[in-house]
Amino acid sequence: MIKPLYLARSRRIAARKLGEEILVMSARGSTLFTLNPTATILWQAADGATPLERIVESKICSEYEVNPEQALLDAESLVEDLAKHGILLISEKPIAESSGYGEERP
Amino acid sequence: MSALLMAMGERARELGIPFNVHLDLTYRCNEKCVHCYLDHHDHGELTTAEIKNLLKEMAEAGVFILTLSGGEIFLRKDFFEILEVARELTFCVKLKTNAVLIREAQAARLGELGVQSLQVSIYSHRPEVHDSITKLPGSLKRSIAAIRLLKAQGLKVTIANVLMRSNMQDIYGVRALAKELGVECTLDPAVSPMLDGDRSILALNTDESVLREIIHDPSFTPNVEEFCAPPAPASEESMDAFPCSAGHNACYISPYGEFYPCVAFPLSCGNVRQQRFIDIWRNSEQLKEVRSIRLRDLSGCSQCVHGATCTRCPGMAFLEGNMRGPSTADCEKSYARTGIASKNLLAKKDKPSPLRLVQIQLVPAIMGSRLTGIGASAS
Ligand code: SF4
Ligand code: SF4
Repeated sequence: MIKPLYLARSRRIAARKLGEEILVMSARGSTLFTLNPTATILWQAADGATPLERIVESKICSEYEVNPEQALLDAESLVEDLAKHGILLISEKPIAESSGYGEERP
Repeated sequence: MSALLMAMGERARELGIPFNVHLDLTYRCNEKCVHCYLDHHDHGELTTAEIKNLLKEMAEAGVFILTLSGGEIFLRKDFFEILEVARELTFCVKLKTNAVLIREAQAARLGELGVQSLQVSIYSHRPEVHDSITKLPGSLKRSIAAIRLLKAQGLKVTIANVLMRSNMQDIYGVRALAKELGVECTLDPAVSPMLDGDRSILALNTDESVLREIIHDPSFTPNVEEFCAPPAPASEESMDAFPCSAGHNACYISPYGEFYPCVAFPLSCGNVRQQRFIDIWRNSEQLKEVRSIRLRDLSGCSQCVHGATCTRCPGMAFLEGNMRGPSTADCEKSYARTGIASKNLLAKKDKPSPLRLVQIQLVPAIMGSRLTGIGASAS
């Protein structure tokens, strides 16, 4: 069985909703991103406690007509990408709320 | 500033969002810089609770970039408490400081909290010059030590220098120091008048020939030819352009809660102690007036040869008495760039004037880095 993947928003980033978009600046390299609608859903649901599979099921599959398995694969790769940029923290275990600081040195 | 950030700033302006706020936490300072435009006495600073509430209101209003400045921000005992809340609210936080009070523990905390960047004021690479400007013995040594600690935390640091008669020999030395420390370096080529309009400190400015020399030095201004080219006539589009971000997607809050369009534009639009931040932003008559300024309506500037290329600052014009009139400081800059004097400048030169009004606004690059001085850096 595939291990669950938990995601939390990094507390080292800066973020703000601007119109329909979410603007995120990573601490690492001060790179600026705007999140697309799917990334925005994942970002908003990244509470460290809900596994990715459940987020995809409840927030993406319910909104869009997509194959759940494909949606999960796409979401995994998006989440990994966001983690690479220091925007999300990912773990196979739930992530405590206080752990967002200090984990990604630039 | 990245192209995406500029695009987002423009988007915020279209949406009527105050994207960028400069908040001075105090005017008190441990340095007593000769060129500082502030009154350093505490006239009733916002309390910790008031600032926390303001931060919440600003986050709700959509503020993204939050510059915390002063005075010296580390003189506030609640500084880290404020910063923690600001970062909890996911602002992109920039700090302006002299860094004298930053030791290892403070640097580490700033690193942990994910501050986006720090601007540290350095006026010379020589202690005898820097310390005589700050009036704080040992300040250069401490500021440099702090920059090293901040860099060790992976933080982005920029040295901010201000050109004056007393340190004009040292601008290359400061550039070399920045290089050695691995940080960027900016130069504001002029001192700003006091916020109450007192212009006596402008006597510290270098004379026009030094300014002209710097502007025409390619190591300061990479695109000298373009930047110093004779002015082109204003197009219809530039006639309808607004002058700057002040009041459009940016604003300033003083330590006493006064709301201005910009740190360099002391036109009171309200006070956050009496009104919600967003209500002032949306409803202030003064801000509406500032937002209505277009080159086309300006007396003098609309007919001026420099109209389209001038960096005319409405705040400086306001301090001269008319926010819709010329800013003589910018007439001086346009003259230093192109050698062509505006009518306003010629008229001022005919009159014996106690004012020295050289103040440059924006030269794209200086010393291999950006010259972003708006004549208003407070730290
Ligand atoms: S310094 Fe002057 S030109 Fe620059 S943003 Fe402020 S008011 Fe506008
Ligand atoms: S040079 Fe002076 S008069 Fe001409 S546009 Fe600039 S501020 Fe206005």
